[in-house]
Amino acid sequence: MTDMAEPSSVSELPITRTDWLPLALVPALALLALPFIGSPSSWVTLTVAGLAMGMMIFLMASGLTLVFGLMDIINFGHGVFISLGAYATLLVLGPLAAWGQADSVALNLTLLGLCIVAAMAVTGIVGAVFERVIVRPVYGSHLKQILVTMGGLIVAEQAIHAIWGASPIPIQLPETLRGAFVLGDIVMERFRVVAVGIGLLVFIAMQLVLNRTRLGLLIRAGVENPEMVEALGYRIRRLFVSVFVAGSALAGLGGVMWAFYRQTLTASMGMEVMVLVFIVIIIGGLGSVGGCFVGSILVALVANYVGFLAPKLALISNILVMALVLIWRPQGLFPVARR
Amino acid sequence: MPEPLLQLEGVQTHIGPYHILHGVDFDVPAGSLTMLLGRNGAGKSTTLRTIMGLWQASSGRIRFDGRDITASATPDIARAGIAYVPEAMGIFTDLTVRENIVLAARSGPVDSARLDWMLGLFPALRRFWNLPAGNLSGGQKQMLAIARAIAEPRRLLLVDEPTKGLAPVMVRSMIEAFKALKAAGETILLVEQNFYAASVLGDGVVVMDDGRIVHSGPMSDLVTDQSLQQRLLGLSLDAHQ
Repeated sequence: MTDMAEPSSVSELPITRTDWLPLALVPALALLALPFIGSPSSWVTLTVAGLAMGMMIFLMASGLTLVFGLMDIINFGHGVFISLGAYATLLVLGPLAAWGQADSVALNLTLLGLCIVAAMAVTGIVGAVFERVIVRPVYGSHLKQILVTMGGLIVAEQAIHAIWGASPIPIQLPETLRGAFVLGDIVMERFRVVAVGIGLLVFIAMQLVLNRTRLGLLIRAGVENPEMVEALGYRIRRLFVSVFVAGSALAGLGGVMWAFYRQTLTASMGMEVMVLVFIVIIIGGLGSVGGCFVGSILVALVANYVGFLAPKLALISNILVMALVLIWRPQGLFPVARR
Repeated sequence: MPEPLLQLEGVQTHIGPYHILHGVDFDVPAGSLTMLLGRNGAGKSTTLRTIMGLWQASSGRIRFDGRDITASATPDIARAGIAYVPEAMGIFTDLTVRENIVLAARSGPVDSARLDWMLGLFPALRRFWNLPAGNLSGGQKQMLAIARAIAEPRRLLLVDEPTKGLAPVMVRSMIEAFKALKAAGETILLVEQNFYAASVLGDGVVVMDDGRIVHSGPMSDLVTDQSLQQRLLGLSLDAHQ
């Protein structure tokens, strides 16, 4: 932790103002959508669904924004960790299929938890190898990073085909996570509510690590000035590897949630969502976890509202949001101080 | 003459295709404040960065307390007891003043006595303790950069142009702080453009030009010899007072 004695007198000065404007965008957007949607129950349903989608996007994108922020690595291969995390659920769903069919919340949630642990372990280990073999030789060269990580993605996708076959694999949600909570006219899918919970937990955990631990301070400092971190006596290379592994494991966690949401596994499912992932990390401010969180929710809510109000515009809504945010704040919602 | 804590012998540094240091030799005696002077582009900052391992010497030898650190990695050099304050200060602006200090104290929390000594040198930091370092003025950032370097006991401080761009009142504060550090027995290698500051602080002086050492000796010799000042630095102390 970062405990230290306080100096004997710290006089009060005006506290730095928190930048509330980007945070206010989410409730403002939701409230703005209400009169257009008309029905409050439809609005709640769309909003909860949007929040759940936002959390899943956040889970998939948070690792990438950390990796880009700290290591200055553009990892186009990030999508493969999402796919790999999704496929890793099969390692648990195969032998423990009965747990998924049991009408027990505890067993079902334990199964989901084990899927997450397996996915994070597999993607973390593969991430360590990926960093060593593919990423490390191209530190400092963005063009090479794009080419090499894209190549790594293709190889890894083919490896998934070789291991699990090329056909899509259907999976089922655990019994008690199927269906929806119905409150009057409001319908909230159970799995989406779980996804919101897990997304919030991960976000809070990341904020605690980044703001309350020495490791978090090092990551934040390393994002801004890695050379100075080394000059203070810390081995930034080890930090890079740790963050890459953590980023890959987070993508694996996102992959599990995405897999259960789609209920179908394909090797390209990670790649398919990467456009959305890049949009949210750009909107949020490259390297900013908080920005990634707000950006994910913003993009998902807009997609849901626009999909409901003007389905033909749904496809371009994300690009439109990104353009508007970048016109307002060219460095993203929460720009990170850069070297 | 005290034993040299740091010794550079024939150090050459290339940055890409450019040959910056052409065989730099000098010593930094333990417990002294050595000034490294020279015109812009003379190679002073490159010398400090080469000592810290941020740029690798292409030949020559750097010894710290008798140990060869020429090919050591930067974190190992820092762990050996060398603190570095770069010209750009290297403050983590997203972190608070307190968090900057926490990171600098690698071995654990700074005890309250040291903290109070440190903040006694730089009282302004006390007021901004829990504010992001990005909010500080240039002079306050420089104070934080030096406070960070002394957050825990180090054997050698390398400081690059601490008075650059500061208002006269801040320059005076900085000079007083370095006097206090000298009195505390710190060994310091200080790059400085302000000759007045150099003259009141330095025990010894090393002057560089075009990547070479052109003069080294006691600071008092340079202070009293205006023709030497003119020849080496193109200035005189009178102009700086």
